[in-house]
Amino acid sequence: MMEAAQSEGTGRRWMTAAAWRSLFRDRPIIPLLGLLGVLMIVSNLVRPGIVTSQWMGVIVRGAVPLAILAGCQTLAMLTGGIDLSVGAVASMSGFVVATFVHSPGGWPAGIVVALFAALVAGLVTGIGVGVFRVHPLIMTLGMSFVVLGLANVWQLIKVQAGGGVPPELRWLGSAQFAEIVPYSLLVFVPLALLILLILRRTGYGRMLYAIGDNPVAARLSGTRGWQVLLVLYVMSAMFAAIAGFLLTGLTNVASVTLADSTVLPSVAAAVIGGTSIMGGRGGYTGTMVGAIILMVISSLLSSLGYPEAVRQVLFGSIIVAVAAAYTRVTSDT
Amino acid sequence: MTVTATGLLLEATGISKAYGAVVALRSASLAVRPGEVHALMGANGAGKSTLVKILTGAVLPDSGQITIRGNTRRVHSPDEARRSGLVSVYQEPALIPDLDIRSNLRLTQTPIEPFRHWLSELGIADLDLSMAARRTPLATLRIIDLARALAIEPDVLMLDEMTAALPANLTERVLEVIGRRRGGDRSVIFISHRMIEIGAVCDRATVLREGETVGVVDVNAGSEERIVELMLGDVGQGLPARDQRRESGGGRSAEATPRLTARSLAAGTKLQDVSFELGVSEVLGVVALEGQGQDELFDVLAGSERAHSGELLVDGRPVSFHHPADAIRAGLVYVAADRAEALLMQRSVRENIALPYLADVRRWALIDLRGEQRTVDEAVATLQIDARAGREVRRLSGGNQQKVTIARWVAGGVRTLLCFDPTRGIDIRTKQQIYVLLRELAQAGAAVLLYTSDLKEIQLVCDRAIVIFGGRVVSEIDAANADETALLRAAYNLRADARMPEQAAAATVVAAAAEPPGGAPVGGPGSAQPEPER
Amino acid sequence: MTAAPGLVETARARPIEALGRWARRNAWSIGLLGFFVVLLVFTKLIQPKYGVTGVQGLAISVLPLALAAVGQAIVVISGGIDLSIGSMMALTNVVSAALMLDRSEELSVIVVVGVLVLGLLLGAVNGALVVITRVPDIVVTLAMAFVWAGAALLVLKTPGGGSADWLKELVLGPLGSEWIPKAAVVLVLVVALIWLPVRRSRVGLSLYAIGSNQLAAFRSGVPVGRTKILAYSLMGLFAALAGLSLTANTGIGNPLSGSYTLQSVAAVVLGGVSLAGGRGGVLGPVVAVLILALLRTDMTFLNLNPNFATSAQGIILIGVVMVGTLFQIRRGRA
Repeated sequence: MMEAAQSEGTGRRWMTAAAWRSLFRDRPIIPLLGLLGVLMIVSNLVRPGIVTSQWMGVIVRGAVPLAILAGCQTLAMLTGGIDLSVGAVASMSGFVVATFVHSPGGWPAGIVVALFAALVAGLVTGIGVGVFRVHPLIMTLGMSFVVLGLANVWQLIKVQAGGGVPPELRWLGSAQFAEIVPYSLLVFVPLALLILLILRRTGYGRMLYAIGDNPVAARLSGTRGWQVLLVLYVMSAMFAAIAGFLLTGLTNVASVTLADSTVLPSVAAAVIGGTSIMGGRGGYTGTMVGAIILMVISSLLSSLGYPEAVRQVLFGSIIVAVAAAYTRVTSDT
Repeated sequence: MTVTATGLLLEATGISKAYGAVVALRSASLAVRPGEVHALMGANGAGKSTLVKILTGAVLPDSGQITIRGNTRRVHSPDEARRSGLVSVYQEPALIPDLDIRSNLRLTQTPIEPFRHWLSELGIADLDLSMAARRTPLATLRIIDLARALAIEPDVLMLDEMTAALPANLTERVLEVIGRRRGGDRSVIFISHRMIEIGAVCDRATVLREGETVGVVDVNAGSEERIVELMLGDVGQGLPARDQRRESGGGRSAEATPRLTARSLAAGTKLQDVSFELGVSEVLGVVALEGQGQDELFDVLAGSERAHSGELLVDGRPVSFHHPADAIRAGLVYVAADRAEALLMQRSVRENIALPYLADVRRWALIDLRGEQRTVDEAVATLQIDARAGREVRRLSGGNQQKVTIARWVAGGVRTLLCFDPTRGIDIRTKQQIYVLLRELAQAGAAVLLYTSDLKEIQLVCDRAIVIFGGRVVSEIDAANADETALLRAAYNLRADARMPEQAAAATVVAAAAEPPGGAPVGGPGSAQPEPER
Repeated sequence: MTAAPGLVETARARPIEALGRWARRNAWSIGLLGFFVVLLVFTKLIQPKYGVTGVQGLAISVLPLALAAVGQAIVVISGGIDLSIGSMMALTNVVSAALMLDRSEELSVIVVVGVLVLGLLLGAVNGALVVITRVPDIVVTLAMAFVWAGAALLVLKTPGGGSADWLKELVLGPLGSEWIPKAAVVLVLVVALIWLPVRRSRVGLSLYAIGSNQLAAFRSGVPVGRTKILAYSLMGLFAALAGLSLTANTGIGNPLSGSYTLQSVAAVVLGGVSLAGGRGGVLGPVVAVLILALLRTDMTFLNLNPNFATSAQGIILIGVVMVGTLFQIRRGRA
């Protein structure tokens, strides 16, 4: 019958346009790394000598919280959803830790409380999306309001106790070993490996892809969607909390709106990394590279002396361009 | 009105279309004369739907040209097609669900009076135009669609499976109306697989196979066989002969507990009261016209819908399903007709096959990759799936896709298989492979419930068949007696000697054609050669 | 066989039935209106001094968000969404403020017209990108939010600029009776002049059509791409109106947009417009904006922490949608 009579592409034969396109589609990480390489070369051209290991260290350090939040988005987007509450949860978490500094238990107690609060938030979101079938955009949007409001209330309650960012957290979030390797990698690397493992090697990961690709087929094969979604949003919230800790440590700021400006970039990183917002397609390696690409672009633009404004314009344009390229390439058949 | 030099109203030549490496159309052609009703036929995968999309402007061809009324057109959208004189009526009514009928008509600028005229011709006299399209029954929507098309008097009217979802009385009217257009100066392209209807209203038939036009046949008494021959190609009669049926005298053994017992199941609005027994190693066929409750029956058995009365027993023990997972645990697995419903199109063959296994919460941890690969490879081999394009299931052909949906259950061992029209729209070779597989599964101890709209399959695959009409079982027929005619009669709930509505409709149309409006085409039953216009 | 002459359009023959049908279709908006009235009474009860100034204040404070909600509603009805509306508001706000600073009143009229055209263009760009690239609208408008926000920063790095007096006069204060805020009049006029004619026309039907079922619309001959771009352009127009109302309201231009985007989505959903498209109107979202604003005011009167209001907004949003989704499932619409 009518079948794709493609050669499997082993070995390097003549790279036709079609071959490039299937490369892009099946292994998007390669062109992504290529893009990163180009950006680094351009950075070096603009400011010769800037691309050093120190520079790389700073980039990675800044990318870590973003990459974690983008991981939350990747997981949610694979199911065809999105998590707009990650910013509020992350901010809340960092903030809660800071308020515990002078309280009994100190900041470790703060971490436990924050994680617990994130867990509850994730549960509520998961129940809303999984059981009540509320659209994830709305549910997470609503939760971001709820969390923000409650965090503000917490602020008023705890304002007398005073607080601040604990030095241990500052060290974790902003210090670098040998001035190069950020200590936050101690937290990030296991987390990233966990996410990669989940997505590639576990039945649960397959369920994420299945629900995003075709929820009806998943259901008919025996998948209980609400279970998958519940676990998803709980995980997302807890990862967001961890990102919040690191972000607070990095910026030395504890505020309930700290991470607000990272929500959209987290979605952007996932999109650039090749995860489709319609679900069923994508992965975390691309997302991580996407996060680094966004940081490199940021750095490139500031070394070019371009104001924040131009950075934003270029950010947006690049996202559209990359997403358009992905769409063109993946809808070819 | 202008006609081409060759006297054709519509002419498509050399149409080809490829999607990447998949060739949907190689070189298709279609020639429609003024005043004729022209059938377009071909199995799914033959390129019929692609040709339809090209004619209606939904898709641009890679090569070839389309000439309407002598003008070569490049048609980019249904709107442009309409302006060129070609109007299509699709299988899914092109009505906006959230608008009422009047707004829908306004949207397409349909003139109301002619619309109402055609509506009553087609058998719907009093339609409340302020009804929301969403709340209007499907059959009515299809008639509305047709009346809309007729109201603007198109040169060429293309009907895609027009009678598919219609009850018998509306089918009769539709065929009548179509038949009356013969001999005029406008034409109809009639896409259908119902031979009786084609015999009743069509003048000629173009047959597609594997992306090419393989023949144009004058429709008359003996043409059905010729048409089937053309559709099947060199596979010959294709279908395995009766003696190839299972030797081990099938059917249930009287003593053993039946695998599945249904007692007075009722669900939804259409399933009223169905009872039957399905034994181990048995293949039980289900036959029914559209919408008699068979959809609901299978949904209940598969666990995706709840029965509101009746009971279900598996191996003699009562069960109650709240979710497909419950059914699967009880051993009931479901193969759907609509592959889009059953497959993860963007995922690989492997992920699709492994899906039910991993769906269980207890398997959410690390996957045994090697074990999985082995199981998947076995399933692929058993079903002879051609998985060269296996990275994304959507790139497989329809037949291979269907095999994947079956493979996912075979991989885990099948106890009870519920097949809902599994061979719909699939090429002959794959159909045969599926028949053989079903019988082998039964022989190995599975119980199979098979609903099919292709009545020939019953005798080939099943041990016996139950016929459902009006949500109830009206007949149970042994395979030996389950020939197509008997099944069809039972499906219409008729006495053995009564005439079926399809035949009655056909006869009416033929009779009408025999009456002269002007020059009389003299025809035998079911045929009419269009006389040249004066 | 000709149609029987007695086949009269049944709808016209019975106005009561037609009214009943209209009521059923707009049930949600009517319910919201009722709730708003109840809320007003409640407000008066807990704060007897709530009167003219309160109403005036309410109207003027919700005007920008109300206009944004109308724009968002139009896009959502057509089956899309636009997450850049806040940035568009900021951009049009700063452009108008920058251009009106120290300019004559007459020139300001031209500026206003120009900004409205700018809004149309911004929306058209969004729509064109969505149509041409075929990237999901969430992603495109998310990215464009960056672009428009950056552009706003390029125009004005910090809040500044000015506003023409006549513009301020247009929306501030009462009109005629002291109970009628000019802001409310402006809102009603703008919607009536722009949206109502569109809604009644075939173009309006096309908007609903592509939101309801894009394929059916395509097959019905609706030019899907053009209609989508039109929907986004209209939204851009309303975003510009919202930005201008910000200029009139605050007297300056502020490049940082605030949470208008997400609040407009919340208002649209609360207003009974389905995110799937094809159903709903602009009345619901506007009333939703009013209700949310009044709730916040009530919380202040009740000496409740205003942050509870933020949480309450989220809870209401979630709760309402949950109930709404349950209804839909019950009614059988997937």
